[in-house]
Amino acid sequence: MDFNSNKAIYLQICDAICEKVLSGEFKPEDRIPSVREYGASIGVNPNTVMRTYEKLTSEGIIYNKRGIGYFISGNAREIIMENERKEFLEVELPAIIKKMELLGIDPKEIAERNNWII
Amino acid sequence: MITIDKLGFSYGTNQVLKNITTTFEEGRIYGLLGENGVGKTTLLTLLCGLKAPKEGTILTDGEKPFDRTPSLLEKQYYLPDDVSPLGWKAKDFAKMNGVFRENYDHERFLAIMDEFETNPEQKMNQMSSGQLKKTYISFALASGCKYLFMDEPTNGLDIPSKTQFRGAVMKHTSEDTTIIISTHQVRDLENLIDPIIILDKQDVLLNATIEEITRKLYFDYGNELNPESLFSEQLPGGFLQVRPNREGLESKVNVEALFNTVHKHKEYIRGLFAK
Repeated sequence: MDFNSNKAIYLQICDAICEKVLSGEFKPEDRIPSVREYGASIGVNPNTVMRTYEKLTSEGIIYNKRGIGYFISGNAREIIMENERKEFLEVELPAIIKKMELLGIDPKEIAERNNWII
Repeated sequence: MITIDKLGFSYGTNQVLKNITTTFEEGRIYGLLGENGVGKTTLLTLLCGLKAPKEGTILTDGEKPFDRTPSLLEKQYYLPDDVSPLGWKAKDFAKMNGVFRENYDHERFLAIMDEFETNPEQKMNQMSSGQLKKTYISFALASGCKYLFMDEPTNGLDIPSKTQFRGAVMKHTSEDTTIIISTHQVRDLENLIDPIIILDKQDVLLNATIEEITRKLYFDYGNELNPESLFSEQLPGGFLQVRPNREGLESKVNVEALFNTVHKHKEYIRGLFAK
């Protein structure tokens, strides 16, 4: 696994797991690797993976069956979609709009280039 | 758990460690960092009982390592930077030494050697330095020891072996294994080591988990220098700077930048991390 330079590793692992849920590689009720197994497969400290699992658990994306392991929640996909929609609308889109203003790009030009019918 | 209290050591009149007080908790993978000559190797040899403290005490599960009781010796393993090219086949070396470790697992040794693509039938004095190192690492991980002390384990390893090393350390140890790795190769081990200990001449500058470090310090990659910046480094695309994390932001620790920050602002860092 390649890590980019500025995002906390445990958050990058969160993104990787969410990506696997969206792509269908991890399905609802699938058991995911244990903290140590996952750490060993990507060469990352178990503490770091534990922080990832704690965050995903608090968001309801995975859940813990005591003594058995971590599983993907039934509604994991919906939660991730909602999180990503929020991230897009509140963080990514404002950055794009700011850049469009900076470069003087008219929203109409974007619509025309992409054949959007608004 | 290992408790170090006011530890001091000197070679003749050359005092190396002085008044070192710190603890190593169970189940963690510590990264021991420090400039050349601050006493990292000396500390590891004191921990494993090869040297006796001149001042202060070390207690490992309540025992003094230098007493070298069989009960403590069988649960710890020290992997030095320089390893001996013995005239034995790797598998025979492992088997003979494994006798002294209750939890040694020969099948595991062979499995790790296989992961490292190193031939256990080969004589150790006919191996390259990297293959020899991998033989010793395989034995250390298969020993089932509760305490593993490794001095520069990635020295001499080729690029794929470094990746295999990171995976193997976790795959072949358990939740109660305490590992202390001294290293200058921080980029090899950046995501593996947590907590981080920075040793200075006669002092421990830092012993903190990655979570504590990122809670207190922010590693910022950007184009503008912040006036509060403690350390900054010019990168091709801007700056990497380290500053106090006042806003509770999340960032990724850059161990080299952390090391330089800690060295530049010893007193400030001590205050920031004081419990």
